[in-house]
Amino acid sequence: MHELAITQSVVDLVAERTTGRRVVVVHVRVGTLSGVVPDSLAFCFDLATAGTALAGARLDIEETPGRVACRTCGTEQELPDALLLCACGSADVELLAGADLRVVSVELEKEPSCA
Amino acid sequence: MCVTCGCGEAGDQGVRVTALGEHEHEQVHGHPHAHPAVDTLVLEERVLARNDHLAEHVRAWLAVRRILAVNLMSSPGSGKTSLLERTVAHLAPTREVCVIEGDQETTYDAERIQRAGARAVQVNTGAGCHLDAGMVQRALEALAPDAGSLLFVENVGNLVCPALFDVGEHAKVVVISVTEGDDKPLKYPHMFRAADLVVVNKTDLLPYVDFDVDALTQRARSLHPGVTVLPLSVRTGDGTDDWYAWLDRLASTHDTPREGAVHGAAVRP
Repeated sequence: MHELAITQSVVDLVAERTTGRRVVVVHVRVGTLSGVVPDSLAFCFDLATAGTALAGARLDIEETPGRVACRTCGTEQELPDALLLCACGSADVELLAGADLRVVSVELEKEPSCA
Repeated sequence: MCVTCGCGEAGDQGVRVTALGEHEHEQVHGHPHAHPAVDTLVLEERVLARNDHLAEHVRAWLAVRRILAVNLMSSPGSGKTSLLERTVAHLAPTREVCVIEGDQETTYDAERIQRAGARAVQVNTGAGCHLDAGMVQRALEALAPDAGSLLFVENVGNLVCPALFDVGEHAKVVVISVTEGDDKPLKYPHMFRAADLVVVNKTDLLPYVDFDVDALTQRARSLHPGVTVLPLSVRTGDGTDDWYAWLDRLASTHDTPREGAVHGAAVRP
């Protein structure tokens, strides 16, 4: 269950970039080939944020599909699962997308303006 | 879907419009309220960036010392530690070998390696299911391997999590034993895709189990085209010469002596 460690990395990264601000939403992008299960990530998020500056924040997960370019048949296609196989049966593929595991952005409670 | 709090139906996640400040909902979605005003901070940072940064630092530290690092990964019980015991006994007369052992608990494996004739440190991960670059960094400080040595990192027995974490190694080796089933590559694609070498251990048991080495090879190569699959038996020694030859080849491709100070630089960034 590496998702707890992954979630901890998300929380550490966000806490580092948002010192002192209240975090409302954390947007992450999880590729289907990243090796991370979005449900587990969501499950771990409350645990990992409890007692931190991120407590109460919501995790928004955008799942992105795997995409490969096949060197055998020359096509590009989206993958239905985590196997790097072209529909033509070839495993000689270049991974174009889907391995991403990224904190995209965070939404922070607005700081009071001086107006 | 409400773009601020995420309520409503999923399915429109490809497009995100972030409203800054107070907003009213025009769509009907069952819980009238005003959301707090928010600022959006765009990060676009890789979640594992810190681990990967530490891993690069470990690799640089090793490179200065001409230390070759091999990360061994497998299910529990495939024979990683036995392979290392045999490897240490074979190589120790000619080459300095040291080992970082990863397990959730106990120092059993590090003790086995020391009895086999190599220096070892044990990393106990507690609840953790894998080693990460930070753990290897701390272990290297304790181990202080000699320049020019061969370093093995025996990861926590687990075919899932260790695949994701770069620990600063030069090669990832996956060990699978014939009692585990030849369908493992398809069940654990991340691990086999990451592997630079697949060692098939316990081949002395092949007459007693339904394990097809060719099928395993084909499945591993469907995930990682051309990956070397090396059947061997740690118990009898069959095939282990190929393993030593593979290590020699790896060493020769990474053996680029670098002039300069070996001392002084800390493992930590």
